[in-house]
Amino acid sequence: MQAFWRDATEFLPILMSGVALTVIVTIGSLLLSTALGLVWALMRVSGIGIFSGFSAGLINVIRGIPIIVMLFYLYFVMPELGLTLTALEAAILGLGIAYSAYQAENFRAGIEAIDKGQIEAAQAIGMGWWQTMRRVVLPQAIKIVLPPYGNIMIMMLKDSSQASTITVAELALQGKLIASSTFKNTSVFTLVALMYLTMSIPLILLVRHFEKRAGHK
Amino acid sequence: MIELTNVHKSFGKVEVLKGITASVEKGEVVCVIGPSGSGKSTILRCINGLESYDSGDILVEGARVDRNAPSIVAIRTQVSMVFQRFNLFPHRTALENVIEGPVYVKKEPRAEALERGRALLAQVGLAEKADSYPPQLSGGQQQRVAIARALAMQPKAILFDEPTSALDPELVGDVLSVMRRLADDGMTMVVVTHEMGFAGDVADRVLFIDGGVIVEQGPAKSVLNQPQHARTQDFLRRVLHPL
Repeated sequence: MQAFWRDATEFLPILMSGVALTVIVTIGSLLLSTALGLVWALMRVSGIGIFSGFSAGLINVIRGIPIIVMLFYLYFVMPELGLTLTALEAAILGLGIAYSAYQAENFRAGIEAIDKGQIEAAQAIGMGWWQTMRRVVLPQAIKIVLPPYGNIMIMMLKDSSQASTITVAELALQGKLIASSTFKNTSVFTLVALMYLTMSIPLILLVRHFEKRAGHK
Repeated sequence: MIELTNVHKSFGKVEVLKGITASVEKGEVVCVIGPSGSGKSTILRCINGLESYDSGDILVEGARVDRNAPSIVAIRTQVSMVFQRFNLFPHRTALENVIEGPVYVKKEPRAEALERGRALLAQVGLAEKADSYPPQLSGGQQQRVAIARALAMQPKAILFDEPTSALDPELVGDVLSVMRRLADDGMTMVVVTHEMGFAGDVADRVLFIDGGVIVEQGPAKSVLNQPQHARTQDFLRRVLHPL
């Protein structure tokens, strides 16, 4: 145990630099996946054939490709097609696109759960499609969508470790590097696990808060 | 003010409106009665473009109703709708529900809309509920807020789609008395209803619809008291004397 604490004080500063990248990747891909997911979901429920068909197809394609392959593609293949991304950019883009499919399905479920009467009432006072979405449907859908959204956040935090496969020196990769140079596997990976757990706890509490609030009304 | 000419409408293979021709004059109160599934609600929903219709014409103040044309917005702001299940926005207070259309569709100044919104809530007897959310209100109160919301658009006519059918019996009276006052004030109203008492007292004319056609229409008293058609007689007997 003493050895563990000694290792911890030694490795923590290096691991913290990994934490910073983990947070950047998570927040970046969270924002991107939320924005894209909302676009896919709105296209899907737009009632316009081409849009909903495109969105449904795209979601299935994205869902059918493993995240790690998506990352390899962006980081290793895109340069051959003339688009060179930094590892960080590729990680955020790849995770953002991969998760946009799950975000979209979650948002769609939330939107479709809203009573049709709400949409008719909005139309009956002269609202157009977009205004109906913005003023009537989305504000109500948010409550339904938030608890699963929180779960997606936790999954994204953990899946940000996949960025290590394309050389982003986030927490998991930093841990692996230290472990392979010091052979202190137990200390290092225990620390890494604890640090992921520590970062998830606020998110878990947030989900619980969302669920309580959703159950209220 | 509202004119329907030979309106046909099918849902898939089922033809629900088989050539409806009717008109509503300014200031008139028309009650539409008939069995469930006869097409009563569909007529209302076609008038403000919540449903499309297949053929025929519906004109509101001379403008043809087409739910896919931009002109539908102008028609909807002139012809308000009150729904069976109220359809208030649950995430907004009673007052916010009332001012939603004026502020966000008609772009009225908020202060003005708020002032009129409060006056309208007072008019339906709910001045003190302005800041309550719909789930905190009884069905009758919610429907009166919905009527205030319809009035806030300053419409030329209001369509009521079975406004009391979802209410507990003891709450029906409050809603009907608000509607009666509107009628007395000269509002043009089309009311789909099963409240024969209301139809007899308030309506200028009654349309009896069955199987997608207008079977009988005329002054309220004569249709309700001396129905000419056998189907009307049969319907009224079942409604007025269910046992």
